[in-house]
Amino acid sequence: MAGTSAAHGDHHDHHEHKPLTFFQRWFLSTNHKDIGTLYLIFAIVAGLIGGTLSVFMRMELQEPGIQIFHGLAQMVYGFQGDAAIDGGKHMFNVFTTAHALIMIFFMVMPALIGGFANWMVPIMIGAPDMAFPRMNNISFWLIVPAFLLTLMSMFVEGPAGAYGVGGGWTLYPPFSTSGQPGPAMDLAILGIHIAGASSILGAINFITTILNMRAPGMTLHKMPLFAWSVLITAFLLLLSLPVLAGGITMLLTDRNFGTTFFAPEGGGDPILYQHLFWFFGHPEVYILILPGFGIVSHIVSTFARKPIFGYLGMAYAMVAIGAVGFVVWAHHMYTVGMSLDTQRYFVFATMVIAIPTGIKIFSWIATMWGGSIRFTTPMVWAIGFIFLFTVGGVTGVQLANAGLDRALHDTYYVVAHFHYVLSLGAVFAIFAAWYYWFPKMTGYMYSEFIGKLHFWVMFVGVNLIFFPQHFLGLAGMPRRYIDYPDAFAGWNLVSSYGSYISAVGVLIFLYGVFEAFSKKRVAGDNPWGEGANTLEWQLSSPPPFHQWEQLPKIK
Amino acid sequence: MKNKAYAGLAALGCLLFASTAFADQPVEWQKGLQPAATSIMEEIRWFEQYTLWFIVPITLFVLLLLIIVVVKFRESANPVPSKTSHNTAIEVVWTLGPVIVLLFLAVPSFQLLTKQLAPTEEPELTIKATGYQWYWGYEYQVGDNPLSFDSLLLQEGDRAAAGKEDKAVYPRLLAVDNEVVVPVGKHVRLLVTAGDVIHAFAMPSFGVKIDAVPGRLNETWFKADREGLFYGQCSELCGKDHAFMPIAVRVVSQEKFDTWLAAAATNVGEANKALMASVDGAAKSVAVAENAAQ
Repeated sequence: MAGTSAAHGDHHDHHEHKPLTFFQRWFLSTNHKDIGTLYLIFAIVAGLIGGTLSVFMRMELQEPGIQIFHGLAQMVYGFQGDAAIDGGKHMFNVFTTAHALIMIFFMVMPALIGGFANWMVPIMIGAPDMAFPRMNNISFWLIVPAFLLTLMSMFVEGPAGAYGVGGGWTLYPPFSTSGQPGPAMDLAILGIHIAGASSILGAINFITTILNMRAPGMTLHKMPLFAWSVLITAFLLLLSLPVLAGGITMLLTDRNFGTTFFAPEGGGDPILYQHLFWFFGHPEVYILILPGFGIVSHIVSTFARKPIFGYLGMAYAMVAIGAVGFVVWAHHMYTVGMSLDTQRYFVFATMVIAIPTGIKIFSWIATMWGGSIRFTTPMVWAIGFIFLFTVGGVTGVQLANAGLDRALHDTYYVVAHFHYVLSLGAVFAIFAAWYYWFPKMTGYMYSEFIGKLHFWVMFVGVNLIFFPQHFLGLAGMPRRYIDYPDAFAGWNLVSSYGSYISAVGVLIFLYGVFEAFSKKRVAGDNPWGEGANTLEWQLSSPPPFHQWEQLPKIK
Repeated sequence: MKNKAYAGLAALGCLLFASTAFADQPVEWQKGLQPAATSIMEEIRWFEQYTLWFIVPITLFVLLLLIIVVVKFRESANPVPSKTSHNTAIEVVWTLGPVIVLLFLAVPSFQLLTKQLAPTEEPELTIKATGYQWYWGYEYQVGDNPLSFDSLLLQEGDRAAAGKEDKAVYPRLLAVDNEVVVPVGKHVRLLVTAGDVIHAFAMPSFGVKIDAVPGRLNETWFKADREGLFYGQCSELCGKDHAFMPIAVRVVSQEKFDTWLAAAATNVGEANKALMASVDGAAKSVAVAENAAQ
């Protein structure tokens, strides 16, 4: 991207300050890199919990019949006999709900936005820190109680006689209002509220930082694509989360204060909630993937040793995805009974998104075309991302057609589709970013062997989980089912084995982190060579506590 | 007719994604949509195959490009990278190319959608389905005495009493105690609502899926073109027994339907038993054919 003539950051950490105590550094932190590290640790912990929930679900679905959840309900909640079966059935729904909420709000978003964006965006745009460092601190320390509230909700009463929120992450009323009167739902709503507040503060911080604190000479059109992706993501957060907050506040008042926004008996409408939710929910899925787009652009360009192909097209494709992403929400609601014209509009608008997405896929390939590619661990994750995201993208084009969605809506086809773009898309981007920036953030080099082993085990595992789910969905297996007709057994078994393989992949990842920290191989300022030309590679590894005390000048 | 022009493509696709013919429920290792029992589902199946003819080549094309890139432009094969970062012509191509593909998808897509939502015929029978936690209630709007009954999951212990021991015809988690009975070849209007939380009425072989929302009366329709016993399942998360409130529709001749309807007015259970007895032979032969095919 833009050529730079930067002054190196000062290597003498806190030369004017007294050294910070552990408590001061990690609990009262206002440093974007420390807060970014906290976010990454948080995301790993949340990801392990959310991932464990999914392995339990796949264990349950490995064979027809109820396999383990009656036992789990007995162990965790103390149900006995038939009550354990009923408790287990609800517990399965609690697991699907918690898995989604945790992976979305407490794993992907904290990793990409709170973690990597916090760490790298100020450095990349030549800023010493975020615009509002204390607000950055409160953003992180809001996400922690939000997570705890969500976890707590699993252990208090939801529907009469059962524990936890089992309505799915979408929290559709009336199942989330009159259907589950216990306090579990209130805790979950409060958790989402606080996570939303955290994200809105973070979004304000990123927008202010990126618009006001770029180094001299770095115009928006010279800004690295990751910063572009985070800027667009921040606008999506800022515009969509308040709508969610409004919707779930109405849920709270419907539940606790006798209002009837979503209750037909009081003139309300359950479908109103779905419109509000998906007005947030659809931009949310782009919030999850856009930072990944930015990351993959950097990695592809770095290891192909070529500038990004069609830089402006790449940036404005993301702007287009973000903008159109706001006007397609009801494609999640084709079966609620919308009129023909409404469905026609949403089919049309949804298909439009395929165009900027195609531009991105082809531009990544064009960036590699003619390049001199080194297949380091981050690069293989990025190439894996491009292919698997394409697979998830084209099934999205199918699902955009309301006429076809009639058959596939709420089946495993949808589960396969969104896991291809998120679990195999966003998560692959997270791992790519992890290996790409790990040497920069820690100063240590990870093991290429372990990193690649991690990739291949995950690649095989996740494809085994999710590809057969296309077949299950076509055959008509509905989502969120604890038990299924025996005909679905075969592909479910394959899918479950894939889940166990992926779990091994996660263990390899953890071992790789441990190995890198114990071997302490020095990475150097720029382990990736001339292809890595964004500003973070001009700093030491790890970067100084405060960087760019003299602002870099961008030519 | 454009549809006929595409029929060859669809037929080829069907060969790729072959599934047991005339099964009205999912089968082991099934890879495609369930066989159609209505013209709408026929078109959904056609359209699904049609989209595959675009998305599979596109995915393979991307894979091919990636393989070329990986082989041809790896460091050892191409030590000096080019500096190309723009090519307006190719950028225009990969913007307009997808537009054209989407137009090809959009035309039949809109036709299908219009057929689903704007039926041209008047309904000949109206049935109301109400979702409850966790069963379906059905109401027939006929004559002066509307018929209504509930339809619950068939419990394993009740198989013998109900005469539904054959698991090929009455599979676990799909079979119910009282099926919805409709006449073949008749336009049936289906009104769908719910009594507590949101459920969804789904019948894969008919191409029907519509949410059952409390306080709203959704309308859809189907016209089954063959007799048989068809299965679907609740398709909106509704609580602990979401997986245990299947939908079963028995499509019979008008004559058998009339007999059943008259008998059901006084006793639904007995009417169902009589109906089962009259279609039993046919159903068993289908089951045998299926087993033979497997």
